[in-house]
Amino acid sequence: MAGGAASGGSATTDTYKDARGWLLMPAWSVLLVLSLAPVFMMLVYSFLTKEFRGGVIWEFSLAAYDQFFFDRGLFGDDPPVIEWTYLTIFWRSIWQAGAATILSLLIGFPTAYYIATRPENVRPVWLFLITIPYWVNLLIRTVSMKFLLRDQGPLNDLLMSTGLISEPIHIINTNLAVQLGLFYSYLPFMVLPIYAAVERYNFALSEAAADLYANKWVTLRRVLLPAVKPGVVAGCILVFVPSLGAFLAPDLLGGAKNFMIGSLIEEQFKGNAGNWPFGAAASMVLLTMVLIILLICARQQSKAGKEV
Amino acid sequence: MNDETLSAVDVRDAVKRYGDFTALKTISLSIKDNEFFTLLGPSGCGKTTLLRMIAGFEDVTEGAIFLYGDEIENLPPHQRPVNTVFQNYALFPQMTILDNVAFGVEMRGNSKAEARRRAGEMLELVQLSQFSSRKPSQLSGGQQQRVALARALAPEPKVLLLDEPLSALDLKLRKAMQLELKHLQRETGITFIFVTHDQEEALTMSDRIAVMSAGELQQLGAPTDIYERPHNMFVADFIGETNLLEVSVDKIAQGRATCHLGGGHELTCNQVDDIGVGAKVHMSIRPERLFMSDIPAEAESLKGTVKENIFAGTDITTIVALAEGPDFIVRTSNSDRGNKRIFEPGTEMYVNMEMGAGRLLVD
Ligand SMILES: Nc1ncnc2c1ncn2[C@@H]1O[C@H](COP(=O)(O)OP(=O)(O)OP(=O)(O)O)[C@@H](O)[C@H]1O
Ligand SMILES: [Mg+2]
Repeated sequence: MAGGAASGGSATTDTYKDARGWLLMPAWSVLLVLSLAPVFMMLVYSFLTKEFRGGVIWEFSLAAYDQFFFDRGLFGDDPPVIEWTYLTIFWRSIWQAGAATILSLLIGFPTAYYIATRPENVRPVWLFLITIPYWVNLLIRTVSMKFLLRDQGPLNDLLMSTGLISEPIHIINTNLAVQLGLFYSYLPFMVLPIYAAVERYNFALSEAAADLYANKWVTLRRVLLPAVKPGVVAGCILVFVPSLGAFLAPDLLGGAKNFMIGSLIEEQFKGNAGNWPFGAAASMVLLTMVLIILLICARQQSKAGKEV
Repeated sequence: MNDETLSAVDVRDAVKRYGDFTALKTISLSIKDNEFFTLLGPSGCGKTTLLRMIAGFEDVTEGAIFLYGDEIENLPPHQRPVNTVFQNYALFPQMTILDNVAFGVEMRGNSKAEARRRAGEMLELVQLSQFSSRKPSQLSGGQQQRVALARALAPEPKVLLLDEPLSALDLKLRKAMQLELKHLQRETGITFIFVTHDQEEALTMSDRIAVMSAGELQQLGAPTDIYERPHNMFVADFIGETNLLEVSVDKIAQGRATCHLGGGHELTCNQVDDIGVGAKVHMSIRPERLFMSDIPAEAESLKGTVKENIFAGTDITTIVALAEGPDFIVRTSNSDRGNKRIFEPGTEMYVNMEMGAGRLLVD
């Protein structure tokens, strides 16, 4: 996606060369105030000392990071021991977000492909239908998901009535429930970029592949997928990143055992029991993780871009 | 149909309908092995539709298609041993030129190494070896065209389909590619089915031409047949330039029809099949079959006045108005100027033609 935008816009950039600095001011200020400033604040807070009823004392401290990574203190006499509690939560978050992303891709790709191959006049209708559920607040959607997945909920009722299962399957408070919740929360972010890529795809290429004796699978793998890859990558990032920090789905659907990093951070800032520097430190670790993933993706994309 | 030589492609009573629009109305034609066959017709007449039906991209509403005796109209495209050169080439953008050409060979079950070797050969044939590691976007239109050709030829199809492959090229390159295509067809011995709306291109390249209009086959024959003996007004008018005159047949005697064309002018024609006295028909006379003189020639002669001379490089087109009759277009080749005369506008002169130069067309 980044590659397409850059090459498409390059012809007009020269026209605005002189005015560019000024014209970009609003965008830069929004970015600065709404995005970079809070991150910077978090960074500062993560190095401060905690105040017991929430808030911070303005005194430099590494205690928050120490608490996150190490069991026996970094500054004691004995060699430090790694604290696994939070790293496990972190690892589970990555795993859950990854599973939700794969699930979204498996469902989202065929959906996007289907919509993009409908006649031009009905495509907007399909997109509209896809977005309808997302007019409802995420909290309410997640709560209703809880009802859907209950042991006596509609999903189990349906499966039992079709005779596929004889006893309700226990989904709620499992990893699967969290994955389903995340998947449902962010599915449109997968569908839309892939849709945009498939819509731009030249279907004559698929015909050419079929003409050259490739069956449907080979055509998908060797011709369609490479062509729409930027859209797929964009969709995966857009689902994975918010899933990683999500707290509603794990809180409501996962129960206490399936805690994710988002919930951990959320708790540090809620009520009086929290630990602001610790929450900030956990946020910084999460942010670093996301940045690393994005950098890897960007590297790959630019490599692919150079080959074309 | 004789069974001595199997036709490469046999289209039998093929009909194509899109909803209630009929794009092809019961087309039957058989294309010989090793032939350069052209589908020619104006835009929208159904050439692409027919080609896509042979390739398998459109299904056949009614009728059947045979490929060397095998019925293929129900096979999916990837199981038909035909390859297509697409109008906009449809090269795979993320693959190198070599991989593009190797693709079909590999898909036919050859190893990657074998496919690459064969692709290398094909690129040599179209003189693009030095570009094999480039991407399609790094080639010119003409080069991309040749890659598309190499890609389609590499898997050794039984029939090669070409949908207006030269239409995106400039005139000079197009002429060069016409020759190249013709040579490739001779060298490989593969049956070519070539689609174009350019009659000149069709005449230069083809062994046989099928002229189509509005979903119907109008005439099928060798280029000389089509040009010199058009079956109907559409073909006469579409192929080359012609004088189409409304005439009425006055007399038929000794295999000759005397035709009246208004203003007291008369012409004789030695082709009378299916035509009776009194019939109102059209006569087609090619402009290059006419010549001008200041006294009536021994052949058919009509008196007229020169309206205009138009210089067009290799020849001069003269528009002549007959007294109270229709206008004529006369073409004089510049290489022929010694024998044939050009008259200044306003000059009175005679337009002459040999017996047999005119063709009577019933519809
Ligand atoms: N998918 C379709 N649905 C409805 N009508 C169609 C469809 N495809 C083609 N047609 C119609 O069928 C007719 C033949 O189309 P076709 O593309 O075969 O023309 P063509 O002879 O190749 O013309 P051109 O020289 O412009 O390429 C046209 O009138 C066209 O509008
Ligand atoms: Mg066409």
